[in-house]
Amino acid sequence: MQTYDLEADGLRGLNASLHAQAQDTNQTAWEIVNPKGSHAIAVGLDAPIEVSVKGSTGYYCAGMNKQATIHVFGSAGPGVAENMMSGTVIVEGDASQCAGATGNGGTLIIKGNASSRCGISMKGIDIIVHGSIGHMSAFMAQSGNLVVCGDAGEALGDSLYEARLFVRGSVKSLGADCVEKEMRPEHLTLLAELLDRGGCDAKPEDFKRYGSARQLYNFNIDNAY
Amino acid sequence: MKDDTPSAGTPRTVPVQSETWSNQVNAEIRRAAATGIYDIRGGGAKRKVPHFDDLLFLGASISRYPLEGYREKCETSVTLGTRFAKKPIELKIPVTIAGMSFGALSGPAKEALGRGATLAGTSTTTGDGGMTPEERGHSDKLVYQYLPSRYGMNPDDLRRADAIEIVVGQGAKPGGGGMLLGQKISDRVAEMRNLPKGIDQRSACRHPDWTGPDDLEIKILELREITAWEKPIYIKVGGARPYFDTTLAVKAGADVVVLDGMQGGTAATQDVFIEHVGQPILACIREAVRALEDLDMHREVQLIVSGGIRHGADVAKCMALGADAVAIGTGALIALGDNDPRWEGDYQKLGTTAGAYDDWHEGNDPAGITTQNPDLMARLDPLEGGRRLNNYLKVMTLEAQTIARACGKNHLHNLEPEDLCALTMEAAAMTHIPLAGTDWYPGKPGSTF
Ligand SMILES: Cc1cc2nc3c(=O)[nH]c(=O)nc-3n(C[C@H](O)[C@H](O)[C@H](O)COP(=O)(O)O)c2cc1C
Repeated sequence: MQTYDLEADGLRGLNASLHAQAQDTNQTAWEIVNPKGSHAIAVGLDAPIEVSVKGSTGYYCAGMNKQATIHVFGSAGPGVAENMMSGTVIVEGDASQCAGATGNGGTLIIKGNASSRCGISMKGIDIIVHGSIGHMSAFMAQSGNLVVCGDAGEALGDSLYEARLFVRGSVKSLGADCVEKEMRPEHLTLLAELLDRGGCDAKPEDFKRYGSARQLYNFNIDNAY
Repeated sequence: MKDDTPSAGTPRTVPVQSETWSNQVNAEIRRAAATGIYDIRGGGAKRKVPHFDDLLFLGASISRYPLEGYREKCETSVTLGTRFAKKPIELKIPVTIAGMSFGALSGPAKEALGRGATLAGTSTTTGDGGMTPEERGHSDKLVYQYLPSRYGMNPDDLRRADAIEIVVGQGAKPGGGGMLLGQKISDRVAEMRNLPKGIDQRSACRHPDWTGPDDLEIKILELREITAWEKPIYIKVGGARPYFDTTLAVKAGADVVVLDGMQGGTAATQDVFIEHVGQPILACIREAVRALEDLDMHREVQLIVSGGIRHGADVAKCMALGADAVAIGTGALIALGDNDPRWEGDYQKLGTTAGAYDDWHEGNDPAGITTQNPDLMARLDPLEGGRRLNNYLKVMTLEAQTIARACGKNHLHNLEPEDLCALTMEAAAMTHIPLAGTDWYPGKPGSTF
């Protein structure tokens, strides 16, 4: 286990060390102490390493992650795991706005709640939230899965494309072109796998599925106001 | 009783067309009434606005001596990204190719831009939709755009880029997002953008994970950390509030500010947006330079300007006003063959004519540039296109050098406001260049108006 004191040794040294890890590195376990809400912790990683952050993080923790597993033992600021490509990011606490924004792949697990715009413009990432999510989540979401064990705020899935949204609790309101959809057997199977991956104690049958009505897919003046 | 009947030979009032209700305005009203849809098109503002034609160079005289024609040295190089980047970009000429998306443009067109820019020793830029291997492969210096849509955005391409351009806005549509209509979404374009084929793709007008300048500063930190502080980071803004936008871009940590005036082209936007939002580039440059000077950052943070730059005189005027380099979009496309009269027959079939064709969003470009249709795309040979673009860039540079030498300057960067006069009051007011024949411009300190 490598331990890195962020407060003492600085952000540049941290990311440079993590970037230097080769595919076959044997320094696979890293622990970051004293994160103290710093921004851009463990961004742009591209190796199958495991990074534990012992505390809360600022903006864009684990941004653009590939392959790595990054585990935040605290809460995460805005844009955690933004544009993630692959790998896993786990937040033990809450996540601020734009969690998993534009993510292309991998899994983001948030054990607490996520704020507004969770999964905005998501492009293939799977986001699993144990708690609730804020307003405008999954705005223009293109693909991937968003699982919410709690409630969803206003305008869920506004203008979304092909992303699948599963919510167990209430949805304050649906955004433009987002509708409730039938939960078919293949969705229950998929959701069971996602809940299992996210370590959620929940039954797929208790969720509702939401997706695109596909009415905004081609320009139509009646939709333009 | 008085007879009102005009007798033969009595002069009559001739029919007068209204300036306000011109034929064009009326035709547009009829089109709107018939369709219920606003007009979407490509290109930049077509109406006449104050522009570089409203400035002239003075040339040498008894008090300024010139340099000899093409014999005496007049340097043209520029280095971009000297503020923070470990690997600034060195260009042989100060004319760069602006960001134009793969999707809006065909793969071969992007390749031609890369080839031409590389031959000329300058950079080209990706666009909405991501980076293609052809483009990377044929571009010696490639700037990677980081856009609100984040279509195709990935850390590998970020690391493969020579610089990163965060797009906040475009001159053609400050405050507007993008639109790629379904007919241009080929399998390849759809896959790169991770969307179903054939649907309209909207590019958001705001970035998804930052909102104001304070967030932007942290976003830049993230991008620098991911790329080990190697790459210059540009911020591109439309010509809206150039003084404040430049100030905030510098505050957020930009290495380079890219400022795009209202004449700047777009792949597809509402005509009303193109013609009525944003300021002409002429009005923006001085304000941006003033912001840089106030921060003591002029030349430390480089300024690239664009929007309607056509030839070497425009380049020289931008440099004299304080820009470090320029970017061109439309001019580069014309060099490749856009709107060429050789396709007049095809333009006529589309109900238009060479020079006026702007329905780039429809994907039927006779010149094979703004299309994803394989038959049309085949009309553009990327090798030939690259050669033509290189020639055009070479001519622009030679023209700018000619003017600089005539002004006694041994580097294009040494051109200065004192080398210019303004032809109109408007241009004088916007640039603080004295009106021709006077030593005065509106707002000059000490003058009463
Ligand atoms: C076909 C086309 C596509 C464009 N696509 C983009 C784009 O993807 N991103 C962007 O920032 N600007 C885009 N632009 C704007 C150019 O980067 C540039 O600002 C503008 O073309 C400069 O003005 P000019 O065309 O008068 O030279 C596009 C312009 C054109 C003509």
